Amino acid sequence: MHIKVIKPGLATSVQDAGRNGYYHLGIPPSGALDQYSFRAANLLLGNAETAAVLECTLLGPQLQFSTACQIAICGAAMQPRINGQPQAVHQVLSIAAGDTLDFLPAAAGMRAYLAVSGGIDLPAVLDSRSTYALGGLGGYQGRCLQAGDILPLVAAPPTTAPVGRTLPAALQATLPRKAEVRVLPGLYAHRLCAESAARFYQDQWRVSSESDRIGYRLKGGAPLQFQPREAPFGAGADPSNIVDAGYPIGSIQVPSGKEPIILLRDAVSGGGYAMIGTVISADLDMVGQLQPNQGIMFTAVDMQQALQARQHYQAGLQQLRQALLDG
Amino acid sequence: MSIRYTFGGDEFLFAEISESMSLPAFFASMAITSKLRQLQWPGIVEICPANASFQLRFDPDILPAEQLLRQVQQLEQSLADSPQILDTRLVEIPVWYNDPWTREVGARFRQRHQDPQASDLEYAARVNGFASVDAFITAHSGSPWLVSMVGFVAGLPFMYQMVERDQQLQVPKYLSPRTATPRQTIGHGGCFACIYSVEGAGGYQMFGITPAPIYDPAQRQPYLADSMVLFRPGDLVRFKPIDQQQYQAAIQAVAEGRFALDIFPVRFSLPEFLANPEAYKQSLPGTHHAH
Repeated sequence: MHIKVIKPGLATSVQDAGRNGYYHLGIPPSGALDQYSFRAANLLLGNAETAAVLECTLLGPQLQFSTACQIAICGAAMQPRINGQPQAVHQVLSIAAGDTLDFLPAAAGMRAYLAVSGGIDLPAVLDSRSTYALGGLGGYQGRCLQAGDILPLVAAPPTTAPVGRTLPAALQATLPRKAEVRVLPGLYAHRLCAESAARFYQDQWRVSSESDRIGYRLKGGAPLQFQPREAPFGAGADPSNIVDAGYPIGSIQVPSGKEPIILLRDAVSGGGYAMIGTVISADLDMVGQLQPNQGIMFTAVDMQQALQARQHYQAGLQQLRQALLDG
Repeated sequence: MSIRYTFGGDEFLFAEISESMSLPAFFASMAITSKLRQLQWPGIVEICPANASFQLRFDPDILPAEQLLRQVQQLEQSLADSPQILDTRLVEIPVWYNDPWTREVGARFRQRHQDPQASDLEYAARVNGFASVDAFITAHSGSPWLVSMVGFVAGLPFMYQMVERDQQLQVPKYLSPRTATPRQTIGHGGCFACIYSVEGAGGYQMFGITPAPIYDPAQRQPYLADSMVLFRPGDLVRFKPIDQQQYQAAIQAVAEGRFALDIFPVRFSLPEFLANPEAYKQSLPGTHHAH
């Protein structure tokens, strides 16, 4: 009962809902960057909602299954092929023993979630099967997959959904060409010059190729000016420096005012750069689905709007559960 | 001290105690976050003290943002006059200063350094006014450090030296970060020392290397049996210079999973320390007291 990795793909890792309670030791939450699509893949298949899946990035892996099982793929539009035959995403697919699965490059979105009936059977580390590659922790040997890896599968899946069951289009994550991401300004935003503080939300940004699960780096907007100041003791000379502090997940830092970085679920937990705001929780999934060079713009919102968006996101998850748990 | 509160999106409350680093600011951060850990308010997901700030991750569906802010502000008031005492421990970390690995990596990244002609140690000694590298190492290892934050990556301690401000060792970070730093390198940036817990990028100056793993998901050393991360905010650290022979013996013990660290319980009083740092540091336990 296992999957053999023939080709690892660009960056394929085992992920689940992530781990909490260790951020003060520098261990970030990790977990699927697009939590909605990860849950959708599991629910579609009849798995526990947070069973461990494979997060496949832009160029998917080639995998061989030792045993018959069912799979479902949600998130990025990375068309799967079984033994070379094209298949659909957002659908329960049947795998026979010996079958090979591979993917076409993502036509839209950045990360596809491959759920396998029952889930991937790896030990939880600090309460999660998610991979934190920087710390060599969790998942498969604490790293992205490599050719030749053998992933054990849960031997007897509790229940399985009927082959062909499809996630309704209305319940599929949207993969916009141009992302509009909502940000709650704050943290050290008061240290920006007024013009920069406003300009950040007017500029067109592009996702840099130096973007990964730790953070997304952005290009294309005007450099940000920080107000001149006398450096506080221990902060460092650059006006973008602060005395090293904790970084919220989703926070946006701008080292030397040049290229903003949005921290994601494998974040470095703290450091010495001023953060100017935080992507609201409802929009973090979307950031993780952006490809290099895709456009991104930011909208400033207040806490009330952030909480409304959060409710809307949770209502969407609730709809997903209702549609798939009863179906 | 007036704390500045600000929200990091809908799930983080960030509290800046002071813009500049100081021991009283760190103690305020520890007092509030330690109390929060005891109180176990439902809806608090992460409690992260830092050098002169702290942040909380919370679930606004369980604990509304404004309510959390009010409660933390009340807690801040109630703790304003609490005794600045920390029940903690002192950990002795053996260091091979000026070791061949950090020297080699330093040489490889000279073009990213302020002073390409000098080594990191030579540069640090010079900008801090020491006549020699040895004198700098004596100052670095001569006074204990306080772990004022754990993070960046898993298990990495930031440490603040327990000396008067005019004796703080200060060294700028590299002009641009290296793409490589050996695991367990003793680093320094600004006024903070660190120990790189994993191999990887880094911008701090490199002074030496410790044989002691400080982060290990496999928990192979006895002192990592309870936690894969050695350090906690509030730990005291003393660097103990060792030579090549001692380093190699330690590496052998590490390989066999039987390496031991000297760790002493300490009740640290900030007022007593501030009243006379030199005398206080002599009163701390440690293997430097030759019996």
